[in-house]
Amino acid sequence: MHWNSVGEFFAMGGYALYVWGSFGACAVLMIAEPFLAKRRLSEVRKSLIRERLADELELQQRSQ
Amino acid sequence: MRQSIIQWFRFASPQSFYPLAGRMIPWFWASAIAFGIAGLWISFFVAPTDAQQGEGYRIIFVHVPASWMSMFLYLIMAFWAGLGLALNTRVSGMMAQAIAPTGALMALLSLWTGALWGKPMWGAWWVWDARLTSELILFFLYLGFMALQAAIDDPRRADKAGAILALVGVVNIPIIYFSVKWWNTLHQGSTINLTKAPSMAQTMLWGMLLMALCFWMYSIAVALTRVRAIILERERHTEWVKHALE
Repeated sequence: MHWNSVGEFFAMGGYALYVWGSFGACAVLMIAEPFLAKRRLSEVRKSLIRERLADELELQQRSQ
Repeated sequence: MRQSIIQWFRFASPQSFYPLAGRMIPWFWASAIAFGIAGLWISFFVAPTDAQQGEGYRIIFVHVPASWMSMFLYLIMAFWAGLGLALNTRVSGMMAQAIAPTGALMALLSLWTGALWGKPMWGAWWVWDARLTSELILFFLYLGFMALQAAIDDPRRADKAGAILALVGVVNIPIIYFSVKWWNTLHQGSTINLTKAPSMAQTMLWGMLLMALCFWMYSIAVALTRVRAIILERERHTEWVKHALE
């Protein structure tokens, strides 16, 4: 390991803005994207489950 | 032989692909995280300081994987789109649609990290150089593909129109790849070459390859999650979907 202190690590030899700007953008977007994809999946699942419940209720009412 | 081919074709139906994708996703996440941890460790703690660029070169560990994936995902997207166009298989178009946003994200990250690398090293965030311009075109191709598909209501027609756009756009991939050879560009030549020994330290190379594997596994995991959502959205009126939800 060639960092002598935590401060030195974060300073990145004067390139902090560029290095952390790059890794940070990757981290933010690569956390947001799977979250959005999962939300899309769970939303369509929820709406399908609601639809099925509505169908079942309609069937029950019809049979009464 | 025949039996095994039929086995594979079974997964071409949304009905059997949906649960299969669900079972595969956790494995791709696990490998993405494992490769990511190893790659980041090498990127920051093992790889030495560069003689010319100091610590600034460490951007390479995200810039190169993002750029590779942006090109590779485009080829995979075009492959699925073309397969759907030729064979009219249902899952193919959905796969192409699921890959596009991740490809666009990788192209954006490639441009963003490239700008942040260009500023300290070249003194400019952006130059209209062949490599940069063709990568920007790639980003717009992804956006165009997504916009075109979103603009057409009938999913099968949207797939066909998107497939033609995706296939025409493939011509841009070799242009990006060879741009540093064909034109006199500011962008440096390829770091890894099939015919020559890599022009960088072993540890740097390992860090880059591990990060590339992380990005690769990540892309598969996200695209599979998205394709599951697309399958349910498009197949919502079919009988199997009603039974697929626990």
